[in-house]
Amino acid sequence: MSIDLSEFHDVFFEECFEGLDVLEAGLLGLDQSTDIEEINAIFRAAHSIKGGAASFGFMGISDFTHVMETLLDEMRDGRRTISREDVDLLLGSVDVLRVMVNTAKRGEGSNEDDVERIVDMQRQLEATLVTNDTPGPVDTETQISESSACGENLTDRATVEEAVTVGSTESNTTGWRINFKPCGDILRNGNEPIRIFRELQKFGALSVCADTASLPGLSDINPKHCYLAWTIELDSDVSEDEISELFSWVADESELEIIRLGVEHAVAEEPAAEEDDAGLSLVDSKGKVNSPEQAAPAAGGQPGLNKGIKSAGKAGSGVSEPSKESGGNIRVSIDKVDELINMVGELVITQSMLSQIGSSLEVGEPGVLENLRDGIAQLERNTRELQESVLQVRMLPVSFAFSRFPRLVRDLSGKMGKSIELKLTGEQTELDKTVLEKIGDPLMHLVRNSLDHGLETPEVRKAAGKSECGTLELRAYHEGGDIIIKVIDDGAGLNRERICSKALEKGIISENDDLSDEAIYNLIFLPGFSTAAQLSDVSGRGVGMDVVRRNVCDLGGNVSISSNEGAGSTVTIRLPLTLAILDGQLVRIADETYVVSLVSIAESLQMEPVHISSVTGKSEFYHLRDEYIPIIRVSELFGHSSIRADLRGGLLMVVETEGKRFGLYVDELMGQQQVVIKSLEANFQQVQGISGATILGDGTVALIIDVAGLIQSHFDQCSRRGVMLHAVA
Amino acid sequence: MTHILAVDDSPSIRQMVSYTLESAGYDVVMANDGDEALELAKKHNVNLVLTDVNMPNMDGITLVKHLRQLENYRHKPILILTTESSAEKKMQGKKAGATGWIVKPFDPEQLLATIRKVLD
Repeated sequence: MSIDLSEFHDVFFEECFEGLDVLEAGLLGLDQSTDIEEINAIFRAAHSIKGGAASFGFMGISDFTHVMETLLDEMRDGRRTISREDVDLLLGSVDVLRVMVNTAKRGEGSNEDDVERIVDMQRQLEATLVTNDTPGPVDTETQISESSACGENLTDRATVEEAVTVGSTESNTTGWRINFKPCGDILRNGNEPIRIFRELQKFGALSVCADTASLPGLSDINPKHCYLAWTIELDSDVSEDEISELFSWVADESELEIIRLGVEHAVAEEPAAEEDDAGLSLVDSKGKVNSPEQAAPAAGGQPGLNKGIKSAGKAGSGVSEPSKESGGNIRVSIDKVDELINMVGELVITQSMLSQIGSSLEVGEPGVLENLRDGIAQLERNTRELQESVLQVRMLPVSFAFSRFPRLVRDLSGKMGKSIELKLTGEQTELDKTVLEKIGDPLMHLVRNSLDHGLETPEVRKAAGKSECGTLELRAYHEGGDIIIKVIDDGAGLNRERICSKALEKGIISENDDLSDEAIYNLIFLPGFSTAAQLSDVSGRGVGMDVVRRNVCDLGGNVSISSNEGAGSTVTIRLPLTLAILDGQLVRIADETYVVSLVSIAESLQMEPVHISSVTGKSEFYHLRDEYIPIIRVSELFGHSSIRADLRGGLLMVVETEGKRFGLYVDELMGQQQVVIKSLEANFQQVQGISGATILGDGTVALIIDVAGLIQSHFDQCSRRGVMLHAVA
Repeated sequence: MTHILAVDDSPSIRQMVSYTLESAGYDVVMANDGDEALELAKKHNVNLVLTDVNMPNMDGITLVKHLRQLENYRHKPILILTTESSAEKKMQGKKAGATGWIVKPFDPEQLLATIRKVLD
């Protein structure tokens, strides 16, 4: 029989990764004062990985985890004091183990580098184990249940061996005598001697004699006590191990003798014959079946069952194969799925209600119109709720993105000689899986930046009158339809002077620009802008902050920084909850309706003629408060025919992207509405300045404006005309 | 129909065990940990209990002790799943009232062979 274990591999790998996360998180908080329950949880994580790996045949993983587990076991039992070195070593092992699991998941063998790392780490772990005063239990006990494959196979083997040994002088004289006197309590644990005999019978002809000598009178009998002892004769060639295996659960508390019968077999048969009746009648009185004839069908039933399992196993593996190639999985809570099922149920009801009304329409019953309206209203409600529920399925807590940071902060702060406390708040805030995956790297950059440039060494902090331990906080929360993620540190903050001089040097700002602190700080998001006096391997290659901004903008969000010199800085990332729907402002440009994401709109206003100025070659600007904002004639850019040439009195929608403001000249502001984003690429082709499309209530298609792309095409058009972009009037 | 209660905190092992047992025609009830198992055992009156040892909330050994207190489970076969390195656990398990043990790692065949030993 074979059940294909590979179909459980995916679940196992997923479980491994979860276990590794538990291990890592647990180890990070591990020290002398750690509560025993937490140590137990860490131990259990390692233990489960080991057990699963062994069961599913990943012996490398199992062996490696075994050493980790032994070390953890010593810590758990208090045989080993918890030292930072050991924890570091275990954390390193977690990394190695992760590589191993990943390799196994891809179904590859480890490459040479990995093998070297694994071997090296395992050696270090083993060396650590040896150095402990009281060495851990290195139990080499072998698998007991290994030989427990009874039934069909064994009887087959017995027959074969019998056939082979025919003609040999000892062929008729082999067999075993077993003296078995269980302890009186044997029944309490659910062990039944009779079941053991049943198993023995599968090896060959069996005769069982009961010794009733200790049996008390009927009035004194305790039904839960076993008063009997047995002498069993087994005519079979099985090995002693196979027999003692059957007694392994009871051997400790029983008197057990297993004697190989040689030529004296005939002699031993006599007492057996004497007490045979007594033995059988006792067996019968228990209502159990124990004769060879009756046991045979049970054994014979096995091959059939086995076949059944085999084919089921095959069918199962056939089905599971395609899933190996599919994309990532999401673990969805039952609640969310139930909610969906519920909603679909509601929809079905509404649908039947509507079709019923539809059929009575022909008859022209009174009140039908009203019912129809009710039905449609209900349908609308159901649909909206269903949409929300479906989107919920993709939502995951932000802790998935935060979870890598405790380790990072620990490692880096140790490396840089800084003392830093990491605070995570709002980890349960949920956002779309895709957004979550793409926000990981930008967050990593920001955290590294704070650790490297923001937070100071204990000495510097002390000198500045701050506590020696710096704080880095990652905070997530919902605001409106968005999610806000903040990276807050209480470090040195940004240095305004340094940023200014750098910006001047690069020609980004000019001497007489009067910029607010905030505007200055946000300059660091520009490409190639790095103010660190010295570059380090932690961060600061001058790529980073601009990449952060680009990634965030690609997700339809924005990022900004605020800072207080000497007191720290806060980076705020604002992201849409999902990429599937968008809160949009509908605008009319010429005869077309377009959608602009609300997140990117700063304000909309009616242009005052006095504030409009134009530069040579048709570049136009609007003077808004202290700022000159380039005006983009969207209709012209998109090649619409009916162009309103006169800007005066027209509408200007001020949009913000990558920290810069632009004015989009639109003809009419229409409603705001949530739109479902449809891919333009999948249905047509990529168009610059357009990020997608949506279908409006009346069935028409509206294009969604990609603000960053639109501005890029505006620049392209301007440069074709040879206009200097920064030539502000 | 023979009903088996299988208890393990690892989803992959749980799936493997339940798949194996169900393929062999048993009815399987699954539990994540001892607490859950105890509740299910009271509700379902199963014929055999198969439990892991290391589990959160309530471990396997404690579960066995509790089960043996219940009238319905006083003499039922209860098997613990244990790793090769814990001879000590086997003894603890027996003391608590376990019928026997299955040593991890086990394959589906071994599992079935072992449980057949304790079922009537």
